[in-house]
Amino acid sequence: MADFVSQFRENRTALVGAAVILLLVLVAIFAPQLAPHNPIKASLGDRLSAPSEKYPLGTDHLGRCVLSRLLYGARISLAVGVVVVGVAAAVGVALGIISGFYGGVLDEIIMRLVDAMLAFPSIFLALAIAGTLGPGLGNVMIAIIVVEWTRYARVMRGSILSVKENYYVEAARALGASDFYVVTQHILPNAIAPIIVVATLGMAPVILAATSLSFLGLGVQPPTPEWGMMLNDGRLFMRRAPHLTTFPGVAIMITILAFNLLGDGLRDALDPRARTEKELR
Amino acid sequence: MTLLGVRNLRVHFPTEEGLVKAVNTVDLEMKGREKLGLIGETGCGKTVLGMCIMRLLQPNTEVAGEIWYKGRDLLRLSEGEMRKVRGREIAMILQNPATSLNPVLRVGEQIAEAIRLHQGLDKRTAWARAVEELEAVKIASAEERAKEYPHQFSGGMQERAMIAMGLACDPALIIADEPTKGLDVKIKMQVVRLLKEVVREKAMLFITHDLGAAAEICDRIAVMYAGEIVECAETSEIFRNPLHPYTQGFLNSLPNRGLKPIPGVSPSLIDIPSGCRFHQRCDCATEICEEEHSEMVEVKEGHFVRCFLFGEKDA
Repeated sequence: MADFVSQFRENRTALVGAAVILLLVLVAIFAPQLAPHNPIKASLGDRLSAPSEKYPLGTDHLGRCVLSRLLYGARISLAVGVVVVGVAAAVGVALGIISGFYGGVLDEIIMRLVDAMLAFPSIFLALAIAGTLGPGLGNVMIAIIVVEWTRYARVMRGSILSVKENYYVEAARALGASDFYVVTQHILPNAIAPIIVVATLGMAPVILAATSLSFLGLGVQPPTPEWGMMLNDGRLFMRRAPHLTTFPGVAIMITILAFNLLGDGLRDALDPRARTEKELR
Repeated sequence: MTLLGVRNLRVHFPTEEGLVKAVNTVDLEMKGREKLGLIGETGCGKTVLGMCIMRLLQPNTEVAGEIWYKGRDLLRLSEGEMRKVRGREIAMILQNPATSLNPVLRVGEQIAEAIRLHQGLDKRTAWARAVEELEAVKIASAEERAKEYPHQFSGGMQERAMIAMGLACDPALIIADEPTKGLDVKIKMQVVRLLKEVVREKAMLFITHDLGAAAEICDRIAVMYAGEIVECAETSEIFRNPLHPYTQGFLNSLPNRGLKPIPGVSPSLIDIPSGCRFHQRCDCATEICEEEHSEMVEVKEGHFVRCFLFGEKDA
């Protein structure tokens, strides 16, 4: 563990990623205090104005403050990311445990289901599901969960398969432990580390998918501020007011980048193979 | 009184290369408090036999025969009933203590777990019992040591912690699977002496290829070769008067008896030779050894051997 911490500390880019994520979380929490204006209050007199002292990042086609909307938008994106990754990981981990621990027919069924899901490009599948369920943030989240759980199930299964071969699992059985006890007390704590990495790296695609679906009009409904929807709204005014698309785009990019940097850093720190390769270099 | 009776036990594993016949027609009898040594070279099926008694083999293993323990056939118990036997009635001390302890749990927690699984004690009482168990296996300052993780223990201490885990629920029978494997000579003798002391009131099946350790602890010794028992007698009798050519070869390969290896290699358990399993490596083999398979013969009281050299005389 101490090894992990020192390893992680040396990784500057991962630290930057962590810092940016922390900043985003703070922004999301304190959006009401930080925002200079009400994010959904239209002031038609100030339509499409460029960044100025009054509106640091300008206003949109309804005269709403872009900065305020971006700050509030962070709440939606992060909340969607956390909830979707949390639920998808819980579902995937549970099914992965069943698959890896019991094997046999259950394993076949779950893994073929995973293969079937992976055969589709995930964003199309999510789009199809969200389209069927109808627009709305809740439906978008369900759609992404349905697509995302597979990666956790696969990783968890692989991890369980290797951990369950350990002698201490046999030793616990020899003491009379039940399956449930062996899994929760002995296998899970030794098998969960890769899930942390996958979940961190999984935040970016989830946020991206949620903004994409909102961009396509399936997610958050107006007037709630959301980055993907802001991009779509600004699309019509790209020539006259490029700031409407630039700033939400940059916000999305920074968020995705931060999660990916953190995820890569965690992977390097937790994966012994990546570590030795680095030391050899 | 018979504590454990293994009757006509066969254990076969289906694999891609063929059926591995790991244990064949094994009969064993153990009285309460008896220490029986199960001796044989690597891959002769000793560990499989131990695991089979605990019913810890993979579900696709083909097991036939009977394993009677205190009047119940363990092979007929449900999984739930078997769980109550494991740890409380029969405990197994697995080989490789370094990997048999969970790296993310404190040593004390792992011993306390054994106690809590069977006796339903609360955490604090179970912890106190775990510390007592560590003291019983002579771990100095057990109170502090119990809070440490397995990697902070030396090999000998890990082995002793494993013994403490096995003893935690006061089982009547201990199956010790090569507890001295990988320990240096001095530590090995300490572990053997400790084991001898703590199992005084219990029965133990001592699985090993270390004849010295077996001689120290066991009342009787059963020699196993290619999945079957070839000779079984009291310890002193085995050392004084080994009958089966394999037993003789095994004894002669000891450093203090000439270090003479047995020629050839032990047969594959997939393709077991016909007739006597040892005939290809045996100096005394005759035609009958190649064709027929000898039964266990009681040469004198309590001394059984599976070899035609002796079968003919008595028959």
